[in-house]
Amino acid sequence: MTGLLEAQEISVRYGSLAALDGVDLRIHDGQRHALIGPNGAGKTTLLNVLGGSTRPQRGTVRFDGRDVGRLGPAARARRGINRIHQRPAVFPTLTATENVVVAALPRVIPRRRWWPGGRRRAAQRLAGPLLDQMGLTAVAAVPAGHLAHGQRRQLEIAMALAGRPRLLLLDEPAAGLSAIEVGRLVELLQALPRAVAVLLVEHRLDLVYALSDTVTVLRDGQTLAAGTPDEIRTSPLVRQAYADGVA
Amino acid sequence: MRGEVIRRVRGGIAALVLVGLVVAPWVVDDYTTSILARTLALALVGVSVALLTGVAGMPTLGQTAPYAAGAYACAVVGSRVSDVGVVQLVVAAAAGALLAALTVPLVVHARGVIVLMITLAIGELVVIVLGRWRSVTGGTDGLAGIPAVRPFWGLPALASDQARYLYALAVVATLVGAVLVLLRTRAGLVLRAGRDDEMRLRASGHRVALHLSGAHIAAGAVAGAAGSLLVVAQQYISPADFGFDTSALLLLGVVIGGTASVGGALVGAALVIAVRDWLFGVLPGHAPLVLGALFVATVYLLPTGVNRARGRLRPPNAPAHQSDQPAAPDQTNVAELHR
Repeated sequence: MTGLLEAQEISVRYGSLAALDGVDLRIHDGQRHALIGPNGAGKTTLLNVLGGSTRPQRGTVRFDGRDVGRLGPAARARRGINRIHQRPAVFPTLTATENVVVAALPRVIPRRRWWPGGRRRAAQRLAGPLLDQMGLTAVAAVPAGHLAHGQRRQLEIAMALAGRPRLLLLDEPAAGLSAIEVGRLVELLQALPRAVAVLLVEHRLDLVYALSDTVTVLRDGQTLAAGTPDEIRTSPLVRQAYADGVA
Repeated sequence: MRGEVIRRVRGGIAALVLVGLVVAPWVVDDYTTSILARTLALALVGVSVALLTGVAGMPTLGQTAPYAAGAYACAVVGSRVSDVGVVQLVVAAAAGALLAALTVPLVVHARGVIVLMITLAIGELVVIVLGRWRSVTGGTDGLAGIPAVRPFWGLPALASDQARYLYALAVVATLVGAVLVLLRTRAGLVLRAGRDDEMRLRASGHRVALHLSGAHIAAGAVAGAAGSLLVVAQQYISPADFGFDTSALLLLGVVIGGTASVGGALVGAALVIAVRDWLFGVLPGHAPLVLGALFVATVYLLPTGVNRARGRLRPPNAPAHQSDQPAAPDQTNVAELHR
């Protein structure tokens, strides 16, 4: 199994505070990897580093065999690293369809490359089935700013998939969703194409266990443990860390 | 259904305005016709301001710079090279686009009020250059005696105010149509998305700076083309045509018309220029005061008109998403861990 993403010795400091201190992470093609840990463990910082919005003081990030450490979020997205934000990030004045079209444009392959409008038409063809898959067909022509929170989350997932990702970074996707919406979210994430690797940051451990096949636990900016969900569930170290973190 | 009705009403009003503009030269006197032709030129600059302010989210006070570049390029070509309108128009648009391209590095990486300051400085610098480069621009005296334009090769020169006005109207209608088509393309969609949330657009893999550069250059070309219409309308130009008051009036007109609307920008800019010229006769010396009051009233009474421009009026690098802020309180359920 090849390492799709390999982060080595990642360190991020904010003044005297070490948000991340020599963290290693390897994600394989199609893997469902979860990142958990007490508050302040460095999960979101690590996601920011992998997504390109935070540059680490030390360490390397390789994606698909290439060093992407100096690339920003846009360049990483074009290589296939897409992110879903803690608060759904959509374009509020654009319709749901237009949102998906905009997200699809950078990576879409038009039938005729130099034909005027070909790229947009190809993106438009992608949008319909994706909105249908997310159950958003009825609101396809509605500006995204008018959608409910759960619908925006579904729209953001459609946008991420429209970018033909190879790695999806999910930052607490269940935040602010109702129980029914969480159930729908789990179904959507379980139905993601197997070719798409996922790195999930989530506080709700029931979701972590339902969606991931590998779990990495962070604490105080360092890797505390890594293993299968069963191994993590029964690890005394992890239990202790959470007990301390919550206390 | 309601949207359809609104669209039809708007279309009807636009058609009526267009008919009114076409018949105007036969209804009003020659002086008013020449004022209308000049107003059309400024309204077209207003469209370029709207393209940057409302669509691309870059509020600008510097569109007089490509406007001036286009006007002077047209005047020089018209006096020394060719009196053919199409040639002058292309040269003017190219000059405006070139000046905009040269200023791209200064503008596209800045945001909000900083863009306003930079573009204001560019506009003022251009006016100073125009005043001092006497061998080409005629200095503060400007360039006079520019020959009347002929639209195409083989056509007669436009000798009357009516003919020059109709030429300006045809060019404005064509260019506004082209801008409207452009806004319906992929480029327009991406620009609107960037205005909504630039960081989100970047996260989708778009080269935001490239899109903004394209918008800046396209807006420069439109303003440059408007410059050639000013030359056609006045047959005389001087640096006074491109001062700060013109920039401020254009931004005011676009804000009144609605920053994200090309039609609104046309109407708003035309309205403001008409009010200025009308007030010039009714309240000599007090026109700026009335326009200032109009600006304040617009900002307070029509907040949605300025909201879209305000979207980018935030400090550079301000966090756009919660994920870039400190993590939310830990909601981990310890019981889940022990299941």
